[in-house]
Amino acid sequence: MKKGVSIILLLILLWGVVAALSEMPFGKAKLEVAGHYTDYGKEDTGAANIVTSVVLGYRGFDTLGEVTVLFLACIGLAVVLSTLKKQGCGARQTPSLILNTGFRFLFPLILLFGTYVFMHGHLSPGGGFQGGAVIASGFVLMYLSVPKIKRLNHFVSTLFESVGGLIFLVIGLIGLKLGSQYFLNNFLPNGEFNTLLSAGIIPVIYIAIGFKVGSELSKIIDVLLEESE
Amino acid sequence: MSFLQNYAYYTGAFGLILIGLFIMMTKRNYIKIIIGLSILETGVNLFLIAVGYISGGTAPIFSRSGITAEKMVDPVPQALVLTAIVIGVAVLGMALALAIRLHKHFGTLNLLEIREQRW
Repeated sequence: MKKGVSIILLLILLWGVVAALSEMPFGKAKLEVAGHYTDYGKEDTGAANIVTSVVLGYRGFDTLGEVTVLFLACIGLAVVLSTLKKQGCGARQTPSLILNTGFRFLFPLILLFGTYVFMHGHLSPGGGFQGGAVIASGFVLMYLSVPKIKRLNHFVSTLFESVGGLIFLVIGLIGLKLGSQYFLNNFLPNGEFNTLLSAGIIPVIYIAIGFKVGSELSKIIDVLLEESE
Repeated sequence: MSFLQNYAYYTGAFGLILIGLFIMMTKRNYIKIIIGLSILETGVNLFLIAVGYISGGTAPIFSRSGITAEKMVDPVPQALVLTAIVIGVAVLGMALALAIRLHKHFGTLNLLEIREQRW
């Protein structure tokens, strides 16, 4: 009964979607603002990756909101789970030799790759959020493979998180003070196009975001794992 | 048939969206509802990326010298989807935290059973 009703509702939705989408051509340029970004993004922000120049150049304030949402989720998760009584139910399976050895070999490489991804955010696909996620995946591997569970050092992770957020804000405020008076104004020189030291403040902010997101996601995993034991 | 050929990405995206909505409407297990939400979100992200596609376009990165601005796909949906993925992770984390709370409190994740019990 309930399945029948939901299938009928979804079919009505599908009909509406098909009727709307058949008017919309696939593979054609639709937004004029996209043309502006691809034409002038190179000169405006100095970043070779236009997605990065949109995320941190044209819409940097939006990204600050995004970082704040992730921060709030991390806090909210810790608050929701903090009042629970700890009840140890142990029985943790010891990880196999392959996982343990593989972890020792892979962990530094994963951290290095994450760092590479967020440092080259303005040149290649990737950026602070992606690099942070790669680093957090390294910590997931650590939690899975270390026999006696090692906790994340909460002081260090909170330090990285706060300093990352503060660097983002302070750079934005310096931009507000200098030059053309808007938040996240690109006050550093653009440098030589398509090199590591280019695009002004974008790599600096992406490094800050990378540290922040990496420590936040690792902390989320840490809190969830702590409660499930 | 030509609709399927021309609109393969839209079809896939809305297939995922409808599957996710169906799961969320019919299932009664909280974890399954979260899985449905994730599938729905993937479909929405795929749809946004497909809207920004331009036939024969490259990724919007000036990584080599031969790439010109005319041949690039739309960067705006990609930037929006980057935001959407991060927000999705935040929502997923909160939903899982609530799942842990519910399971500790009621001993079950079946929403019908939870509704019968009183706080």
